[in-house]
Order: sequence, then structure tokens, then C-alpha cells
Amino acid sequence: MKLSALAASSAVLFALAAPVAAEPQAEVLHWWTSGGEAKAVGVLQEEFSANGGTWTDMPVAGGGGDAAMTALRARVLSGNAPAAVQLKGPAIQEWYEEGVLADISSVAEAEGWADVLPASIAEHMKCEGHWCAAPVNVHRVDWIWANAEVLAANGIEMPTTWDEFNAAADKLKEAGVIPLAHGGQAWQDATVFEVVALGLLGPDGFKKAFVDLDADTLSSPEMVAVFDQMRKMRGYVDENFPGRDWNLATAMVMNGEAAFQIMGDWAKGEFLAAGKVPGEDFLCESAPGDGYLYNVDSFAMFEVDGDDKKAGQELLAKLIVGPNFQKVFNLNKGSIPVRTDVALDEFDSCAKKSSEDMAAASENGSLLPSYAHGMALRGAQAGAITDVVTAHFNSDMSSEDAVKMLAEAVANSM
Amino acid sequence: MTDIPLSTQTSVAGADRKGWSTIALRWLLFVMLGLFALFYLMPLFVMVTTSLKSLEEIRTGSLIALPRSVTLEAWRTAWSGACTGIQCEGLRPYFWNSVLLAVPAVLISTVLGALNGYVIAQWRFKGANIIFALMLFGCFIPFQVVLLPMARMLGILGIAGTIPGLIFVHVIYGLGFTTLFFRNYYVTIPHELVKAAKVDGAGFLRIFFAIFLPLSLPIITVSVIWQFTQIWNDFLFGVSFSSAGTQPVTVALNNIVNSTTGVKEYNVDMAAAIIAGLPTLFVYVLAGKYFIRGLTAGSVKG
Amino acid sequence: MTVWLERNLPRMVLAPSFIAVLIFVYGFIGWTAWVSLTRSKLMPRYEIDGFIQYKRLFASPRWDTAMDNLYIFGGLFICISMVLGLLLAIMLDQRIRIEGALRTIYLYPMALSMIVTGTAWKWIMNPGLGIQEMVRGWGYESFTFDWIVNPDRAIYAVVIAGIWQSSGFVMALFLAGLRSVDGEIIKAAQVDGIPTWRIYTAIIIPSMAPIFLSAFIVLAHLAIKAFDLVIALTGGGPGYATDLPATYMYAMAFSRGDLGQAASSAMVMMAVVFAIVVPYLYSELRAKPHD
Repeated sequence: MKLSALAASSAVLFALAAPVAAEPQAEVLHWWTSGGEAKAVGVLQEEFSANGGTWTDMPVAGGGGDAAMTALRARVLSGNAPAAVQLKGPAIQEWYEEGVLADISSVAEAEGWADVLPASIAEHMKCEGHWCAAPVNVHRVDWIWANAEVLAANGIEMPTTWDEFNAAADKLKEAGVIPLAHGGQAWQDATVFEVVALGLLGPDGFKKAFVDLDADTLSSPEMVAVFDQMRKMRGYVDENFPGRDWNLATAMVMNGEAAFQIMGDWAKGEFLAAGKVPGEDFLCESAPGDGYLYNVDSFAMFEVDGDDKKAGQELLAKLIVGPNFQKVFNLNKGSIPVRTDVALDEFDSCAKKSSEDMAAASENGSLLPSYAHGMALRGAQAGAITDVVTAHFNSDMSSEDAVKMLAEAVANSM
Repeated sequence: MTDIPLSTQTSVAGADRKGWSTIALRWLLFVMLGLFALFYLMPLFVMVTTSLKSLEEIRTGSLIALPRSVTLEAWRTAWSGACTGIQCEGLRPYFWNSVLLAVPAVLISTVLGALNGYVIAQWRFKGANIIFALMLFGCFIPFQVVLLPMARMLGILGIAGTIPGLIFVHVIYGLGFTTLFFRNYYVTIPHELVKAAKVDGAGFLRIFFAIFLPLSLPIITVSVIWQFTQIWNDFLFGVSFSSAGTQPVTVALNNIVNSTTGVKEYNVDMAAAIIAGLPTLFVYVLAGKYFIRGLTAGSVKG
Repeated sequence: MTVWLERNLPRMVLAPSFIAVLIFVYGFIGWTAWVSLTRSKLMPRYEIDGFIQYKRLFASPRWDTAMDNLYIFGGLFICISMVLGLLLAIMLDQRIRIEGALRTIYLYPMALSMIVTGTAWKWIMNPGLGIQEMVRGWGYESFTFDWIVNPDRAIYAVVIAGIWQSSGFVMALFLAGLRSVDGEIIKAAQVDGIPTWRIYTAIIIPSMAPIFLSAFIVLAHLAIKAFDLVIALTGGGPGYATDLPATYMYAMAFSRGDLGQAASSAMVMMAVVFAIVVPYLYSELRAKPHD
């Protein structure tokens, strides 16, 4: 109530402040090009136009943003940067260091972002103290999805420790069900790895290893245990997993071919699209262990010339974090709002759980960035770790060798 | 559909010597050709059948089975309804960008290649061969290498993110091949022809237009087919050097088939891929015959 | 004036293309060489810092895999495409009535973007969905074709798709070559009663030597640039078992923000290209009767 009034009044103020000539304008580079994602970003475009802005769409999909990043480099080098770019995690600061990001602190302060965003997430949006990016949503990565029927038929409860998970998986394997649906792509291997690591190392260990790159933690016996568990996981996966898309793995859980999948909450969209009901047909539970791994999408604002473009950036930033867009977008996309003050009445039970857990994790300091989704580390280091994880998972390398390789790869990536 | 009437067409198989062993050999030949045809058609078969299925059927059935019920819905969606960003107008709007880009780029690079080939093959001056070698080596540069400096260059030239910029890039990196084609073709034309024409008082351009150009149809076909295929199917340059509104069809196709966290509509993906490939397929079917004839006419004689 | 113009016109016609190539090929190679000596991360920087990037490159197990794969992939892809292309061309040259249709079938893969044909191949070769499942469904329970999911075999799966895409073009080159062989010589040989296979091995194939070279160059260029193929088919996996230098370089430059490393891998790639192409160019431009 108070907020929407604030939003409305600031919109008026904004309209007054903007000179007549400077009609807000923004070219937006993003990789949300299909289905629910495209619809979700369409919501933003509509709101932008409704506020008098002209949106120029520059979609580039592929490789989780690789193609978009290629296009972005070319655009920046040719002196023709888009106004807003879908960027996330430390990549925002990396681009800032290249001296190409704009300062949107005036909007952020007027809108009071600092009060409504969880502190650790807000930190990702800042470049040397000032705001340079606007957060869109929070995906939780450490989910474990399950087929309710399959679990019931085999008398299995949702596991709360990795030992329980292993016991359940062994039982399922006996019964002829694939315990874990998995797609063998490097990022999916990394996703499972980091979820296992969070469970076995605990939030502090995870932070030391994958945020601080602490050499001792990376080569500790606990890390060997993480790779041991990965070797076990490999045994729970069917033989045809390499190259499989994540959604096909989700489909395996849906039709009872497999029991579990470890994947971020975008998997929920697949279940819902197939008409499955959370809590009845499929179960969502945080993976064994404490902590919460987040994957936050955001838009970074690039330095542009012209009042119309600057006005466009400011309007865009304001709308992205605005409560209305936060709600509509995240309902479409399956994630949860990054603002902590959005009512979740219309969201499903998984989203509500995600939001509660996020608040709790934020309190006790276990709200952590996902390394597999580019939130914790810069590209070179994250990539070096993923190389080792996927090499280990797809061969018969011993855990000790993997840990040794891990330390070397991280050192070599600096 | 019949044999190409070529002057030097020679068939070695003894069609004159009849006998059951010849007939058996003939059958073996057909079986082999047929098996290879199946190998080549297999992916197309998968693509076409998938594009005719409903998403429900793909989810539940085998991916390489025949469709239980045929629907053209995916084709319609791919052409005019699939989302490629916030616009959901399918491939249609991007087709025109690709045409605007491919046609001039193919023409310019072919004309330049013809002139270069003509000079290198027939007006040899000191260093011409070195120039040719340097240009040929340019064919081998991996395109990933040139992306960033090229972006800077386009920015300096003021054509970054425009169709002329893309045309420029494609012409530059097509020159090596087109020059190679024309040079190898023109090298087989007797040098005496140029000498005689010079005696008659014809100049550089006159000889080109009056003598060489009319002889060039086969090799022009080769150059056009090669360049059209390369440029139409290019993704890397298209994605790097376009901006909103100038993206070619391959970028749109990529946007349709690549969903990061959304539902994958394989039927639409496959239909979109076939639609995006139709112009090149069409060129191959239509001009394939001339392609072989053009290659025969000398370009591959080295 | 006109005499001068007439004499220099050929050079002037060639000059723009030549200058363009100098800048946009050799200038850019020079630029890459420079960047490979720096610690460039997300964007190019120009402070030289020695050979650190090359040291990192040669310390990377993933790069070793990529180079090994280039030799395996390049060798098999080039050889098999040539043999298959030649075989198809010879078979098609036997006065086949439906030659036009068959030729189009063999050629069409060149026309389609690998972005999506890769998906079709992925399904066909996936043991649980494609050929293996189909043959097992016919009752041959022990039939196994799991190359694409087997880290030690996956690169061969990439070779299959590569051959599928390019051998038709090689077939076209050879078919054209067969058609340009002097018919008189062959007739004479036939009159002398020389067996058909001898005519091929002793007369026709040797006379096509330049075409082997052209085919080799086209294929080598495709092998070195192979990128879409791997991305669409295996994404470099399982693990990084099917990584090639081109995909390695792309990953470093554009997804990892490690531009210096990418530039050093590009320079090593260029060295490989140089080693293959320069001998060819030398022989090609030396042995001409016209020169």
C-alpha cells in the first residue's frame, strides 16, 4: 500500500523531472527468448511502454548466455553498448572494472532498494559502493525434486541427509527405478556437485571453498568426501545421461522412470507445464544439509550517451525492482521475488518454502551464492572448477586425484 | 533428373557388356547408393517427423518414431508465432534481414572475386602469386579470432550493428574463397586470348567484360552457391555484429531453439530449423546441377 | 595518363582486396599475437606480460584433450570424407538414372545449420532413444552403439556427424573431377581390354591429384573451424572429452572472460594451420605450368 503509493508518486516525479525531449529509451540485451521466460520479460516491456518508454529488444539465446556475452563484447568494443544487459554475479563487477557500467544509485536510493533486498544479494548489485545493477529474481539451486508416487511405492521418505539419500537410492536401484535423473552437461554436473558440497562441507566450508577459494579447504579431506559422494551419484544415474538436456531429466522424474532430480527451481516450470501438482504428484525439498544457494538474475546498466537513454535506464531499473513486476515476472518464471516485501499469496508451496528458507538463511548467514550458476566466482575460476568436476564425474578418476587437480586448476586459472 | 549432358562425360562401367554378373553388380550398386541415401536422410527424417508431432506426443513417445497424428501446428508457430525474445512473431521478420544481408554480400564478394581472379590468373605481375597465397591463407583464419578486433574496427568505421557492417564482414572473409574459385577457373583459359585481344586494342576492363565474363557462368554459380551457403548459415558474425532489428535468421533460430530454463518445444525447433534452411536447400536443389558443372568446368583443376 | 592507367589498372583492381586482407586477416592475427602476451581478462588489454598465457595453456589438461581430439577428428574426418566422397562419386558416375535426386540427397547436409541437425544426431546416436534402442527392439538385445555417451568414443560420434555434413561436398568435387577426365584415354584403355578397376586406380584417380588437394584444403579448413558441430552434438562432453581447439578458445574468450588464454590458444591453432596450409600453397603455386 505504502509502497505502491511511493511508486506512483515517484513515477509522477520522474515524469516531471524528465525533460520533454528525453523520452525514455532502452535497448535491452537478454537471453530470455522462449516460452515462460519470454512472456515474463514481455511483462517488463509492457510496463516500460506504459510509462512512456520505448523498448528495443535485443535477444540472444544460447549456452546460458555465452552467445549474448559474445555479442556484448562486440557491442562494447564497437562503442555501441546496449543500455541494459542481463548479467549476474561477479561478472557485473568484472564489467565495472572495464569501466563501462553506469551508476544508478539515484534510482536505487529513491526507491529504497537497500531496505527491501537481502543484504548479501544487494551486495552483488553494487560496484565499489554504488549501485550498478538491478536484481530480478531469486532462483534456489539446492532443490531436490521427487516423484511422489515412486517414493510412496517404495516406502521412501524425502531424504534429509546424504546417507539417507544413498540408502534411498540403493533401495530404488534394487527396485529397478533410476534413482537420480541427470543430464550430463558440464553445468548440470556442477549443479549436483555444488549441492553435494553444500551438504557435506556445510555453509561455512562451502563459502571458504567456492567464494574465497581457500586452498586448504579445496584440498581438505572433506573435499575428498564430496568427490566420493559424486562417484556414488554417478552410480545412481542411468547410462544414457551424457548430453541430456535438464528438462528431459525432469521428464524422467515426471513419468516415474526416475525418482529424484537435483536442479534449480526452473524445473518446477516443467512439472507445472505438464499439469502436475506440487505436494501431490511431485515433491520439492531442499537438498540434504543447511544453507541456501541462490542464483539471482539481474540487469546491469551500461554507460550510454543521451538523456533519453539515461532516462530509459533509470525507468527500467525502477520498474525491475518494483513490486508489481517482481510478482508477475516470478509467477511466470517459477522463481521468487528478490524483494522481501512482496506478498506470496498467489505463489505455490515450493515458492513459499523457498522464500521462508531464504529469509531464515539470510538471518543465520547461510545464504550463499551458487558457484555453478556464476554467482560466486569469476568465469575463469568457476570454469576451472567445473572442468575438474565434469572430468571426474565422466571418468573413473579417484577422488584424491580430483582434489589434487582441483587445486592445480584453480591456481592455474588466476 | 537425368544425366548431365557433359561433353567429356565418360562412364567406365561396361554397359555394353551384358551378363548376369553385370546385372548383379548393378544391383549391388543400387543397394549401396540406397543405403548411403538412407544414412544421409536419417537426420532429416527425424527432423521432419518430429516437426509434425504434437509436444505431448514427443514427451510420451519415442523420439524417432513416426507421428501418430500429423499436425502442422509447429510449422505455423515456427514461422509466425514462436517467441524469439519479447516479440513472438516467429522467424518471419528475420528472414528479410537475412535476405538483405546475404544478397548484396554474395554479389559483392563474387564480383570482387571475379576481378581478383582475373588479375591474378591473366595479368600476372611480380608478386601476384604471393598476394594470392596471402589471400588464400586468409580462408583458414578461425572466425572466433577476428570477432573482437573486427568489432572495434566496425565501431571506428561507424557501421557497427548495421546490415552494411555485416555485409562488409562477410565480403572480407569471403574474398579468399571467391578469389580462389575464379583464379583457378581463369587460369585454364589460354593466355593467348588476352594477348590477341590486346593486339586488337582492347583494354583491361573490355577484355574482362567481353571475353571472360561471358565464359564465367559455371564458376559464378559455384561462387554464389558457396557464398550463399556460408553467409546464410553464419551464426557467429550474425550474433556479434548485429543489433536489435538487424539480427539474421540464424540468430532468431538460435533464440527459438535455445531455452535456458524454459520448456523445450522440439517440434517447433525442428520446423524452425527446416524453414531457416529452406533457401539454401532450394539453392542446392535448383542449382546443384550447375554446381557440379561449374566445378567440372575448371575450378577444381587446381 | 591513360597508358599509365591501363598499365596499373590490374594492380589497382587488386589493391583494395589485398589491403583488406592485410588488415583484416594479418593485422588481426598480429593483434591476437599481442593479446596472447598480455593478461587480458574480460576485454583486451595491451600491457605485455611475457609468455604466461602459453605456460597456462600447456599446463591445462583440457587443452591437451582438445589438441588430441583435433588430430583424431581431423585425421579421421578428412580421410573418411575423401574416401567416401570418392566412392560415392564413382558410384554416381555409372549412368544412374536418378543421379540428380541422389546427388541432392548427398549434398543437402551442407545446406542446413548444424545448430539443429546436431539435435537430430544427438537423438539418433543416444543409446536410449536412437539406433541402439531401435535395433534392440528388433530383437538384437546385445547390440550396442553408445559412442556419444562414452568418453573414450564420443569424438568418433562427432566424426560421424562431421562426415555426414561434408562428404557430399567432397563427392561433388570428385564427381566434377571424374567428368573432366579425358574420355579418349579411357576409351583407348577399354579397347585394350584393361579391367575397369585398373582404369580407375591407374588412370583416373592419379589424374585427379589436384582435386585431392582441393578437397583436402576444404576439409582441413572445416576440421580446424569445427565448432557448431561439437557445440550442437555433445557440447564438448561427456566431461570435456570432445573439446576441440575452436571450442576451447571460444569458451575461454566468451564464457570465462579469459581473453589472454583464448588468444594464446588461437595462436597455437594458427601455427597448426600454417604447418598444414603453407606446404600446400607452396606446391600449388610452384608447380603451375603457367608460371
